Amino acid sequence: MKLIIAIIQPEKLEEVKEELYKQEVNLITVSEVLGHGRQKGTTEVYRGAKETGNLLKKVRLEIAVNENFVEPTIKAIIKGAKTGETGDGKIFVLDLKECIRIRTEERGGIAIG
Amino acid sequence: MNAGDTAFVLIGAAMVLLMTPGLAFFYGGMVRKKNILSVLMQCFILMCLVSVQWVLFGYSLSFAPGEGFWGGFRWLGLNGVGLEPYADYAATIPHQAFMIFQAMFAIITPALIIGAFAERMKFSAFLTIIVLWITFVYDPVCHWVWGLGGFLRNLGALDFAGGTVVHINAGIAALITALVIGKRKNLKKNIPTPHNMPFVVLGTGLLWFGWFGFNSASALAANGLAVNAFVVTNTAAAAAGLSWAIIEWLKNGKPTIFGVCSGAVAGLVAITPAAGFVSVIPAIIIGSMVSVFCFFAVTALKPRLNYDDSLDAFGVHCVGGIWGALATGLFASKAVNQAGADGLFFGNPGLLFIQAKAVAITLIYSAVVTFVIYKVVDLVIGVRVKEKEELVGLDITQHHERAYSVLE
Repeated sequence: MKLIIAIIQPEKLEEVKEELYKQEVNLITVSEVLGHGRQKGTTEVYRGAKETGNLLKKVRLEIAVNENFVEPTIKAIIKGAKTGETGDGKIFVLDLKECIRIRTEERGGIAIG
Repeated sequence: MNAGDTAFVLIGAAMVLLMTPGLAFFYGGMVRKKNILSVLMQCFILMCLVSVQWVLFGYSLSFAPGEGFWGGFRWLGLNGVGLEPYADYAATIPHQAFMIFQAMFAIITPALIIGAFAERMKFSAFLTIIVLWITFVYDPVCHWVWGLGGFLRNLGALDFAGGTVVHINAGIAALITALVIGKRKNLKKNIPTPHNMPFVVLGTGLLWFGWFGFNSASALAANGLAVNAFVVTNTAAAAAGLSWAIIEWLKNGKPTIFGVCSGAVAGLVAITPAAGFVSVIPAIIIGSMVSVFCFFAVTALKPRLNYDDSLDAFGVHCVGGIWGALATGLFASKAVNQAGADGLFFGNPGLLFIQAKAVAITLIYSAVVTFVIYKVVDLVIGVRVKEKEELVGLDITQHHERAYSVLE
Protein backbone atom coordinates (compact mmCIF):
# COMPACT_ATOMS: atom_id res chain seq x y z
CA MET A 1 0.00 0.00 0.00
CA LYS A 2 1.17 3.51 -0.77
CA LEU A 3 0.04 6.97 0.25
CA ILE A 4 0.32 9.41 -2.63
CA ILE A 5 0.46 13.08 -1.72
CA ALA A 6 0.31 15.61 -4.52
CA ILE A 7 0.63 19.39 -4.38
CA ILE A 8 -0.94 20.98 -7.45
CA GLN A 9 -2.19 24.33 -8.76
CA PRO A 10 -5.72 25.03 -7.46
CA GLU A 11 -7.09 25.66 -10.95
CA LYS A 12 -5.93 22.19 -12.04
CA LEU A 13 -8.01 20.33 -9.45
CA GLU A 14 -10.93 19.70 -11.78
CA GLU A 15 -8.76 18.22 -14.51
CA VAL A 16 -6.82 16.04 -12.07
CA LYS A 17 -10.05 14.73 -10.56
CA GLU A 18 -11.32 13.87 -13.99
CA GLU A 19 -8.15 11.96 -14.89
CA LEU A 20 -8.29 10.08 -11.59
CA TYR A 21 -11.89 9.07 -12.18
CA LYS A 22 -10.86 7.67 -15.57
CA GLN A 23 -8.42 5.39 -13.73
CA GLU A 24 -11.17 4.47 -11.27
CA VAL A 25 -9.39 6.17 -8.42
CA ASN A 26 -12.33 7.64 -6.55
CA LEU A 27 -11.16 8.02 -2.98
CA ILE A 28 -9.31 11.27 -2.51
CA THR A 29 -8.96 13.84 0.23
CA VAL A 30 -8.41 17.44 -0.82
CA SER A 31 -7.23 20.39 1.25
CA GLU A 32 -6.22 23.97 0.57
CA VAL A 33 -2.62 24.67 1.51
CA LEU A 34 -0.08 27.46 1.12
CA GLY A 35 3.43 27.07 -0.15
CA HIS A 36 5.99 27.86 -2.75
CA GLY A 37 8.78 26.07 -4.48
CA ARG A 38 11.70 27.53 -6.37
CA GLN A 39 9.71 30.20 -8.13
CA LYS A 40 8.86 32.11 -4.91
CA GLY A 41 6.35 33.65 -7.22
CA THR A 42 3.87 36.29 -6.31
CA THR A 43 1.82 38.77 -8.19
CA GLU A 44 0.09 40.53 -5.34
CA VAL A 45 0.36 44.26 -4.73
CA TYR A 46 -1.16 45.98 -1.74
CA ARG A 47 -1.60 49.72 -2.13
CA GLY A 48 1.42 49.94 -4.37
CA ALA A 49 3.74 47.85 -2.18
CA LYS A 50 4.72 44.68 -3.99
CA GLU A 51 4.87 41.67 -1.74
CA THR A 52 7.66 39.26 -2.54
CA GLY A 53 8.27 35.76 -1.23
CA ASN A 54 4.59 35.40 -0.62
CA LEU A 55 3.07 31.99 -0.12
CA LEU A 56 0.81 30.90 -2.90
CA LYS A 57 -2.39 28.93 -2.67
CA LYS A 58 -2.03 25.29 -3.67
CA VAL A 59 -4.21 22.23 -3.42
CA ARG A 60 -3.01 19.09 -1.64
CA LEU A 61 -4.38 15.68 -2.59
CA GLU A 62 -4.01 12.57 -0.46
CA ILE A 63 -4.74 9.27 -2.09
CA ALA A 64 -4.19 5.86 -0.51
CA VAL A 65 -3.85 3.07 -3.10
CA ASN A 66 -2.86 -0.57 -3.49
CA GLU A 67 0.38 -1.29 -5.39
CA ASN A 68 -1.27 -1.93 -8.78
CA PHE A 69 -2.87 1.53 -8.66
CA VAL A 70 0.31 3.49 -7.90
CA GLU A 71 1.50 4.12 -11.47
CA PRO A 72 -1.95 4.85 -12.94
CA THR A 73 -2.58 7.35 -10.14
CA ILE A 74 0.74 9.11 -10.68
CA LYS A 75 0.16 9.25 -14.44
CA ALA A 76 -3.35 10.63 -13.95
CA ILE A 77 -2.13 13.42 -11.66
CA ILE A 78 0.60 14.37 -14.12
CA LYS A 79 -1.82 14.32 -17.05
CA GLY A 80 -4.23 16.61 -15.24
CA ALA A 81 -1.78 19.01 -13.59
CA LYS A 82 1.12 19.44 -15.99
CA THR A 83 1.50 22.67 -17.95
CA GLY A 84 5.29 22.64 -18.25
CA GLU A 85 5.63 25.87 -16.29
CA THR A 86 7.15 26.39 -12.85
CA GLY A 87 4.60 25.92 -10.12
CA ASP A 88 2.98 22.79 -11.52
CA GLY A 89 3.67 21.03 -8.21
CA LYS A 90 5.04 17.77 -6.79
CA ILE A 91 3.99 14.19 -6.15
CA PHE A 92 5.25 12.28 -3.10
CA VAL A 93 4.87 8.52 -2.74
CA LEU A 94 5.06 7.08 0.78
CA ASP A 95 4.86 3.55 2.12
CA LEU A 96 1.63 3.01 3.97
CA LYS A 97 1.78 0.68 6.96
CA GLU A 98 -1.85 0.15 7.68
CA CYS A 99 -5.32 1.19 6.60
CA ILE A 100 -8.48 0.62 8.60
CA ARG A 101 -12.04 1.20 7.50
CA ILE A 102 -13.77 2.52 10.60
CA ARG A 103 -17.25 1.28 9.73
CA THR A 104 -16.31 -2.38 9.33
CA GLU A 105 -12.91 -2.48 11.09
CA GLU A 106 -11.50 -4.18 7.97
CA ARG A 107 -7.73 -3.79 7.65
CA GLY A 108 -5.20 -3.65 4.84
CA GLY A 109 -5.69 -3.64 1.08
CA ILE A 110 -9.37 -4.45 1.26
CA ALA A 111 -10.02 -1.37 3.37
CA ILE A 112 -8.47 0.98 0.80
CA GLY A 113 -10.67 0.44 -2.25
CA MET B 1 -38.04 76.40 -3.12
CA ASN B 2 -38.93 74.01 -0.32
CA ALA B 3 -36.47 73.01 2.41
CA GLY B 4 -38.27 69.75 3.23
CA ASP B 5 -38.33 68.64 -0.40
CA THR B 6 -34.67 69.49 -0.90
CA ALA B 7 -33.59 67.62 2.23
CA PHE B 8 -35.68 64.61 1.23
CA VAL B 9 -34.30 64.42 -2.30
CA LEU B 10 -30.68 64.79 -1.10
CA ILE B 11 -31.14 62.02 1.46
CA GLY B 12 -32.85 59.94 -1.23
CA ALA B 13 -29.82 60.48 -3.51
CA ALA B 14 -27.46 59.28 -0.77
CA MET B 15 -29.65 56.21 -0.23
CA VAL B 16 -29.59 55.36 -3.94
CA LEU B 17 -25.80 55.72 -3.95
CA LEU B 18 -25.63 53.14 -1.15
CA MET B 19 -27.49 50.68 -3.37
CA THR B 20 -24.41 50.24 -5.57
CA PRO B 21 -22.17 48.94 -2.74
CA GLY B 22 -25.22 46.96 -1.65
CA LEU B 23 -25.46 45.43 -5.11
CA ALA B 24 -21.72 44.78 -4.98
CA PHE B 25 -22.18 42.58 -1.91
CA PHE B 26 -25.35 41.01 -3.31
CA TYR B 27 -23.40 39.98 -6.42
CA GLY B 28 -20.06 39.51 -4.64
CA GLY B 29 -21.47 36.88 -2.31
CA MET B 30 -22.78 34.92 -5.29
CA VAL B 31 -19.48 34.54 -7.14
CA ARG B 32 -16.65 32.18 -6.23
CA LYS B 33 -14.17 33.53 -3.72
CA LYS B 34 -11.46 33.99 -6.31
CA ASN B 35 -13.64 36.61 -8.04
CA ILE B 36 -15.31 38.64 -5.30
CA LEU B 37 -12.93 41.59 -5.49
CA SER B 38 -13.42 41.86 -9.23
CA VAL B 39 -17.17 42.27 -8.67
CA LEU B 40 -16.73 44.76 -5.81
CA MET B 41 -14.21 46.65 -7.93
CA GLN B 42 -16.47 46.78 -10.98
CA CYS B 43 -19.35 48.16 -8.89
CA PHE B 44 -17.20 50.62 -6.97
CA ILE B 45 -15.31 51.99 -9.97
CA LEU B 46 -18.68 52.77 -11.57
CA MET B 47 -19.40 55.16 -8.70
CA CYS B 48 -16.22 57.00 -9.68
CA LEU B 49 -16.53 56.68 -13.45
CA VAL B 50 -20.19 57.49 -13.96
CA SER B 51 -20.18 60.33 -11.40
CA VAL B 52 -17.58 62.15 -13.52
CA GLN B 53 -19.23 61.26 -16.84
CA TRP B 54 -22.55 62.52 -15.50
CA VAL B 55 -21.46 66.03 -14.52
CA LEU B 56 -19.27 66.42 -17.62
CA PHE B 57 -21.80 65.38 -20.28
CA GLY B 58 -24.09 62.55 -19.16
CA TYR B 59 -26.63 64.77 -17.46
CA SER B 60 -26.75 67.08 -20.48
CA LEU B 61 -27.24 64.19 -22.92
CA SER B 62 -30.01 62.79 -20.73
CA PHE B 63 -31.90 65.81 -19.49
CA ALA B 64 -31.17 68.91 -21.57
CA PRO B 65 -34.52 69.71 -23.22
CA GLY B 66 -34.84 68.65 -26.84
CA GLU B 67 -36.80 66.36 -29.09
CA GLY B 68 -33.88 64.63 -30.74
CA PHE B 69 -32.04 61.39 -30.14
CA TRP B 70 -30.75 62.72 -26.84
CA GLY B 71 -30.73 65.97 -24.88
CA GLY B 72 -27.72 67.47 -26.57
CA PHE B 73 -24.80 69.45 -25.24
CA ARG B 74 -26.40 72.55 -23.77
CA TRP B 75 -25.70 71.58 -20.14
CA LEU B 76 -22.12 70.31 -20.61
CA GLY B 77 -20.13 70.51 -17.39
CA LEU B 78 -23.37 71.51 -15.62
CA ASN B 79 -23.28 74.80 -17.46
CA GLY B 80 -26.61 76.44 -16.61
CA VAL B 81 -27.50 73.74 -14.08
CA GLY B 82 -27.57 75.84 -10.96
CA LEU B 83 -28.97 76.09 -7.46
CA GLU B 84 -32.32 77.51 -8.57
CA PRO B 85 -35.14 75.08 -9.39
CA TYR B 86 -35.72 73.98 -12.97
CA ALA B 87 -39.50 73.88 -12.83
CA ASP B 88 -40.08 71.43 -15.71
CA TYR B 89 -38.30 68.69 -13.73
CA ALA B 90 -38.81 69.69 -10.09
CA ALA B 91 -40.22 73.04 -9.10
CA THR B 92 -39.35 73.05 -5.41
CA ILE B 93 -35.72 71.87 -5.22
CA PRO B 94 -32.45 73.22 -6.65
CA HIS B 95 -31.74 71.99 -10.17
CA GLN B 96 -28.49 70.43 -8.94
CA ALA B 97 -30.39 68.36 -6.35
CA PHE B 98 -32.38 66.81 -9.20
CA MET B 99 -29.18 66.34 -11.18
CA ILE B 100 -27.32 64.50 -8.38
CA PHE B 101 -30.35 62.34 -7.58
CA GLN B 102 -30.41 61.27 -11.22
CA ALA B 103 -26.65 60.64 -11.16
CA MET B 104 -27.16 57.79 -8.71
CA PHE B 105 -29.55 56.06 -11.15
CA ALA B 106 -26.98 56.37 -13.92
CA ILE B 107 -24.42 54.70 -11.61
CA ILE B 108 -26.46 51.70 -10.56
CA THR B 109 -27.91 50.88 -13.99
CA PRO B 110 -24.67 49.68 -15.61
CA ALA B 111 -23.72 48.02 -12.30
CA LEU B 112 -26.75 45.73 -12.68
CA ILE B 113 -25.34 44.34 -15.94
CA ILE B 114 -22.21 43.07 -14.13
CA GLY B 115 -24.23 40.06 -12.96
CA ALA B 116 -24.38 38.70 -16.51
CA PHE B 117 -20.69 38.61 -17.34
CA ALA B 118 -19.25 38.18 -13.84
CA GLU B 119 -16.12 36.04 -13.47
CA ARG B 120 -14.85 36.34 -17.05
CA MET B 121 -14.47 39.92 -18.38
CA LYS B 122 -11.19 41.83 -18.71
CA PHE B 123 -11.19 44.94 -16.54
CA SER B 124 -10.00 47.24 -19.33
CA ALA B 125 -12.75 45.94 -21.61
CA PHE B 126 -15.27 46.40 -18.81
CA LEU B 127 -14.39 50.09 -18.41
CA THR B 128 -14.52 50.70 -22.15
CA ILE B 129 -17.85 48.93 -22.64
CA ILE B 130 -19.44 50.76 -19.71
CA VAL B 131 -18.36 54.25 -20.81
CA LEU B 132 -19.79 53.57 -24.28
CA TRP B 133 -22.91 51.96 -22.83
CA ILE B 134 -23.90 54.76 -20.48
CA THR B 135 -23.25 57.32 -23.21
CA PHE B 136 -25.00 55.59 -26.12
CA VAL B 137 -27.62 53.48 -24.35
CA TYR B 138 -28.42 54.83 -20.89
CA ASP B 139 -28.32 58.55 -21.69
CA PRO B 140 -30.58 58.36 -24.79
CA VAL B 141 -33.11 55.97 -23.20
CA CYS B 142 -33.19 58.12 -20.07
CA HIS B 143 -33.89 61.13 -22.28
CA TRP B 144 -36.68 59.38 -24.17
CA VAL B 145 -38.50 58.38 -20.99
CA TRP B 146 -37.81 61.23 -18.56
CA GLY B 147 -36.19 64.09 -20.50
CA LEU B 148 -38.15 67.13 -21.61
CA GLY B 149 -39.11 66.43 -25.22
CA GLY B 150 -38.34 62.69 -24.94
CA PHE B 151 -40.65 60.79 -27.30
CA LEU B 152 -41.70 58.05 -24.87
CA ARG B 153 -42.54 60.70 -22.29
CA ASN B 154 -44.61 62.53 -24.89
CA LEU B 155 -46.28 59.25 -25.81
CA GLY B 156 -47.62 59.01 -22.25
CA ALA B 157 -45.58 56.00 -21.08
CA LEU B 158 -45.44 55.82 -17.29
CA ASP B 159 -42.18 54.96 -15.54
CA PHE B 160 -42.16 56.35 -12.03
CA ALA B 161 -38.67 55.43 -10.86
CA GLY B 162 -36.96 53.58 -13.68
CA GLY B 163 -38.49 50.22 -14.55
CA THR B 164 -37.81 50.84 -18.23
CA VAL B 165 -34.83 53.18 -18.05
CA VAL B 166 -32.99 51.20 -15.38
CA HIS B 167 -34.15 47.60 -15.15
CA ILE B 168 -35.37 46.59 -18.62
CA ASN B 169 -32.53 48.56 -20.17
CA ALA B 170 -29.83 46.93 -18.03
CA GLY B 171 -31.54 43.53 -18.03
CA ILE B 172 -31.65 43.12 -21.79
CA ALA B 173 -28.07 44.40 -22.07
CA ALA B 174 -27.21 41.67 -19.57
CA LEU B 175 -28.77 38.96 -21.73
CA ILE B 176 -26.99 40.15 -24.86
CA THR B 177 -23.63 40.33 -23.07
CA ALA B 178 -24.08 36.87 -21.54
CA LEU B 179 -24.89 35.46 -24.99
CA VAL B 180 -21.93 36.99 -26.81
CA ILE B 181 -19.28 36.54 -24.12
CA GLY B 182 -20.19 32.86 -23.76
CA LYS B 183 -20.29 30.56 -20.78
CA ARG B 184 -17.80 30.29 -18.00
CA LYS B 185 -15.33 27.40 -18.19
CA ASN B 186 -16.05 24.05 -16.56
CA LEU B 187 -19.65 25.02 -15.92
CA LYS B 188 -21.05 21.52 -16.27
CA LYS B 189 -18.45 19.73 -14.17
CA ASN B 190 -18.29 22.26 -11.41
CA ILE B 191 -21.44 24.29 -10.87
CA PRO B 192 -20.33 27.53 -9.20
CA THR B 193 -22.10 28.03 -5.88
CA PRO B 194 -22.27 31.32 -3.96
CA HIS B 195 -19.15 31.58 -1.80
CA ASN B 196 -20.63 33.83 0.88
CA MET B 197 -24.37 33.73 1.39
CA PRO B 198 -24.30 36.22 4.32
CA PHE B 199 -22.94 38.84 1.87
CA VAL B 200 -25.92 38.17 -0.41
CA VAL B 201 -28.26 38.83 2.52
CA LEU B 202 -26.35 41.94 3.57
CA GLY B 203 -26.49 43.25 0.01
CA THR B 204 -30.21 42.58 -0.23
CA GLY B 205 -30.80 44.50 3.01
CA LEU B 206 -28.87 47.49 1.70
CA LEU B 207 -30.75 47.33 -1.60
CA TRP B 208 -34.14 47.19 0.10
CA PHE B 209 -33.21 50.18 2.29
CA GLY B 210 -31.77 52.18 -0.61
CA TRP B 211 -34.80 51.42 -2.76
CA PHE B 212 -36.92 53.66 -0.52
CA GLY B 213 -34.75 56.51 -1.78
CA PHE B 214 -34.95 55.20 -5.33
CA ASN B 215 -38.75 55.00 -5.49
CA SER B 216 -39.97 57.32 -2.77
CA ALA B 217 -37.68 60.26 -3.53
CA SER B 218 -38.65 59.89 -7.20
CA ALA B 219 -41.71 61.89 -6.12
CA LEU B 220 -39.11 64.72 -5.93
CA ALA B 221 -40.99 66.15 -2.94
CA ALA B 222 -41.67 65.15 0.65
CA ASN B 223 -45.38 64.65 0.07
CA GLY B 224 -48.19 62.12 -0.06
CA LEU B 225 -47.00 60.66 -3.35
CA ALA B 226 -43.63 59.88 -1.75
CA VAL B 227 -45.44 58.13 1.09
CA ASN B 228 -47.49 56.10 -1.39
CA ALA B 229 -44.31 55.06 -3.19
CA PHE B 230 -42.66 54.11 0.11
CA VAL B 231 -45.60 51.97 1.23
CA VAL B 232 -46.11 50.12 -2.06
CA THR B 233 -42.36 49.56 -2.44
CA ASN B 234 -42.13 47.89 0.95
CA THR B 235 -45.29 45.89 0.34
CA ALA B 236 -44.26 44.59 -3.08
CA ALA B 237 -40.81 43.55 -1.86
CA ALA B 238 -42.36 41.73 1.08
CA ALA B 239 -44.99 39.94 -1.03
CA ALA B 240 -42.37 38.89 -3.57
CA GLY B 241 -40.00 37.52 -0.92
CA LEU B 242 -42.83 35.49 0.58
CA SER B 243 -43.99 34.30 -2.79
CA TRP B 244 -40.52 33.10 -3.85
CA ALA B 245 -40.15 31.19 -0.57
CA ILE B 246 -43.52 29.47 -1.09
CA ILE B 247 -42.67 28.53 -4.68
CA GLU B 248 -39.38 26.98 -3.50
CA TRP B 249 -41.09 25.18 -0.65
CA LEU B 250 -43.62 23.61 -3.00
CA LYS B 251 -41.16 22.85 -5.78
CA ASN B 252 -37.90 21.98 -4.03
CA GLY B 253 -39.08 20.96 -0.60
CA LYS B 254 -37.25 23.70 1.33
CA PRO B 255 -37.32 27.50 1.24
CA THR B 256 -33.89 29.17 1.05
CA ILE B 257 -32.59 32.55 2.21
CA PHE B 258 -31.13 32.97 -1.29
CA GLY B 259 -34.67 32.54 -2.64
CA VAL B 260 -36.19 35.09 -0.27
CA CYS B 261 -33.46 37.59 -1.21
CA SER B 262 -33.97 36.97 -4.94
CA GLY B 263 -37.71 37.40 -4.49
CA ALA B 264 -37.37 40.64 -2.52
CA VAL B 265 -35.10 42.14 -5.19
CA ALA B 266 -37.48 41.00 -7.95
CA GLY B 267 -40.37 42.64 -6.06
CA LEU B 268 -38.43 45.89 -5.73
CA VAL B 269 -37.68 45.80 -9.46
CA ALA B 270 -41.31 45.19 -10.41
CA ILE B 271 -42.77 47.96 -8.24
CA THR B 272 -40.24 50.54 -9.47
CA PRO B 273 -42.18 51.80 -12.52
CA ALA B 274 -45.50 51.53 -10.67
CA ALA B 275 -44.59 53.00 -7.26
CA GLY B 276 -46.12 56.43 -7.91
CA PHE B 277 -49.22 55.18 -9.74
CA VAL B 278 -50.64 52.16 -7.91
CA SER B 279 -52.11 51.54 -4.47
CA VAL B 280 -51.32 48.87 -1.96
CA ILE B 281 -53.46 45.88 -3.07
CA PRO B 282 -52.08 46.00 -6.63
CA ALA B 283 -48.62 46.18 -5.02
CA ILE B 284 -49.25 42.80 -3.37
CA ILE B 285 -50.34 41.34 -6.71
CA ILE B 286 -47.35 42.84 -8.52
CA GLY B 287 -44.98 41.51 -5.86
CA SER B 288 -46.35 38.00 -5.55
CA MET B 289 -46.60 37.52 -9.34
CA VAL B 290 -43.10 38.77 -10.13
CA SER B 291 -41.56 35.88 -8.21
CA VAL B 292 -43.50 33.42 -10.37
CA PHE B 293 -42.17 34.97 -13.59
CA CYS B 294 -38.60 35.43 -12.36
CA PHE B 295 -38.44 31.95 -10.79
CA PHE B 296 -39.52 30.53 -14.14
CA ALA B 297 -36.96 32.64 -16.03
CA VAL B 298 -34.10 31.64 -13.75
CA THR B 299 -34.86 27.94 -13.29
CA ALA B 300 -36.54 26.94 -16.56
CA LEU B 301 -35.88 29.52 -19.27
CA LYS B 302 -32.15 29.89 -18.61
CA PRO B 303 -31.31 26.16 -18.83
CA ARG B 304 -33.53 25.77 -21.88
CA LEU B 305 -32.02 28.70 -23.80
CA ASN B 306 -28.62 27.63 -22.52
CA TYR B 307 -26.97 30.98 -21.78
CA ASP B 308 -24.75 31.73 -18.79
CA ASP B 309 -26.18 34.84 -17.11
CA SER B 310 -23.96 34.22 -14.08
CA LEU B 311 -26.00 36.05 -11.44
CA ASP B 312 -29.34 36.33 -13.26
CA ALA B 313 -29.28 40.00 -14.14
CA PHE B 314 -31.63 39.27 -17.05
CA GLY B 315 -33.85 36.80 -15.20
CA VAL B 316 -34.54 39.19 -12.34
CA HIS B 317 -34.14 42.72 -13.71
CA CYS B 318 -35.41 42.40 -17.27
CA VAL B 319 -38.19 39.92 -16.59
CA GLY B 320 -39.20 41.71 -13.37
CA GLY B 321 -38.93 45.09 -15.09
CA ILE B 322 -41.16 44.05 -18.00
CA TRP B 323 -43.78 42.70 -15.62
CA GLY B 324 -43.61 45.94 -13.60
CA ALA B 325 -44.00 48.13 -16.69
CA LEU B 326 -46.97 46.12 -17.97
CA ALA B 327 -48.49 45.92 -14.48
CA THR B 328 -48.36 49.71 -14.38
CA GLY B 329 -50.54 49.62 -17.48
CA LEU B 330 -52.96 47.34 -15.63
CA PHE B 331 -53.13 48.86 -12.16
CA ALA B 332 -52.28 52.59 -12.52
CA SER B 333 -54.95 54.84 -11.12
CA LYS B 334 -55.51 58.59 -11.22
CA ALA B 335 -56.86 58.31 -7.69
CA VAL B 336 -53.27 57.65 -6.58
CA ASN B 337 -51.59 60.21 -8.82
CA GLN B 338 -53.47 62.92 -10.75
CA ALA B 339 -50.46 63.42 -13.02
CA GLY B 340 -50.47 59.73 -13.98
CA ALA B 341 -53.11 57.84 -15.92
CA ASP B 342 -55.71 55.12 -15.45
CA GLY B 343 -54.74 51.56 -16.39
CA LEU B 344 -56.72 48.67 -17.87
CA PHE B 345 -58.48 47.81 -14.61
CA PHE B 346 -59.54 51.43 -14.21
CA GLY B 347 -61.15 51.62 -17.64
CA ASN B 348 -58.27 52.62 -19.89
CA PRO B 349 -56.84 49.75 -21.97
CA GLY B 350 -54.84 52.23 -24.05
CA LEU B 351 -52.22 52.66 -21.33
CA LEU B 352 -51.27 48.98 -21.44
CA PHE B 353 -50.57 49.34 -25.16
CA ILE B 354 -48.42 52.42 -24.59
CA GLN B 355 -46.49 50.64 -21.83
CA ALA B 356 -45.89 47.62 -24.08
CA LYS B 357 -44.67 49.91 -26.85
CA ALA B 358 -42.18 51.65 -24.53
CA VAL B 359 -40.94 48.24 -23.33
CA ALA B 360 -40.49 46.95 -26.88
CA ILE B 361 -38.64 50.03 -28.08
CA THR B 362 -36.28 49.91 -25.10
CA LEU B 363 -35.65 46.18 -25.52
CA ILE B 364 -34.82 46.49 -29.20
CA TYR B 365 -32.71 49.63 -28.94
CA SER B 366 -30.71 48.46 -25.92
CA ALA B 367 -30.17 44.98 -27.35
CA VAL B 368 -28.89 46.21 -30.71
CA VAL B 369 -26.59 48.95 -29.41
CA THR B 370 -25.23 46.74 -26.62
CA PHE B 371 -24.37 44.10 -29.23
CA VAL B 372 -22.59 46.64 -31.43
CA ILE B 373 -20.63 48.10 -28.50
CA TYR B 374 -19.55 44.63 -27.38
CA LYS B 375 -18.40 43.61 -30.84
CA VAL B 376 -16.44 46.82 -31.41
CA VAL B 377 -14.63 46.57 -28.06
CA ASP B 378 -13.98 42.86 -28.62
CA LEU B 379 -12.42 43.64 -32.00
CA VAL B 380 -10.17 46.40 -30.66
CA ILE B 381 -8.97 45.14 -27.26
CA GLY B 382 -10.70 41.78 -26.65
CA VAL B 383 -13.34 41.38 -23.97
CA ARG B 384 -12.84 38.00 -22.38
CA VAL B 385 -9.93 37.07 -20.11
CA LYS B 386 -7.61 34.22 -21.11
CA GLU B 387 -8.66 30.74 -20.04
CA LYS B 388 -5.85 30.46 -17.51
CA GLU B 389 -6.78 33.83 -15.99
CA GLU B 390 -10.37 32.73 -15.66
CA LEU B 391 -9.32 29.52 -13.88
CA VAL B 392 -6.98 31.34 -11.49
CA GLY B 393 -9.61 34.01 -10.83
CA LEU B 394 -10.05 37.67 -11.70
CA ASP B 395 -8.97 39.05 -8.31
CA ILE B 396 -5.36 37.97 -8.77
CA THR B 397 -5.16 38.27 -12.55
CA GLN B 398 -7.00 41.58 -13.03
CA HIS B 399 -6.23 43.41 -9.79
CA HIS B 400 -3.27 41.66 -8.13
CA GLU B 401 -5.23 41.37 -4.91
CA ARG B 402 -7.09 38.66 -3.12
CA ALA B 403 -10.00 38.91 -0.72
CA TYR B 404 -9.12 36.29 1.82
CA SER B 405 -5.85 35.08 3.26
CA VAL B 406 -5.54 31.48 4.39
CA LEU B 407 -3.04 32.00 7.21
CA GLU B 408 -2.92 34.92 9.74
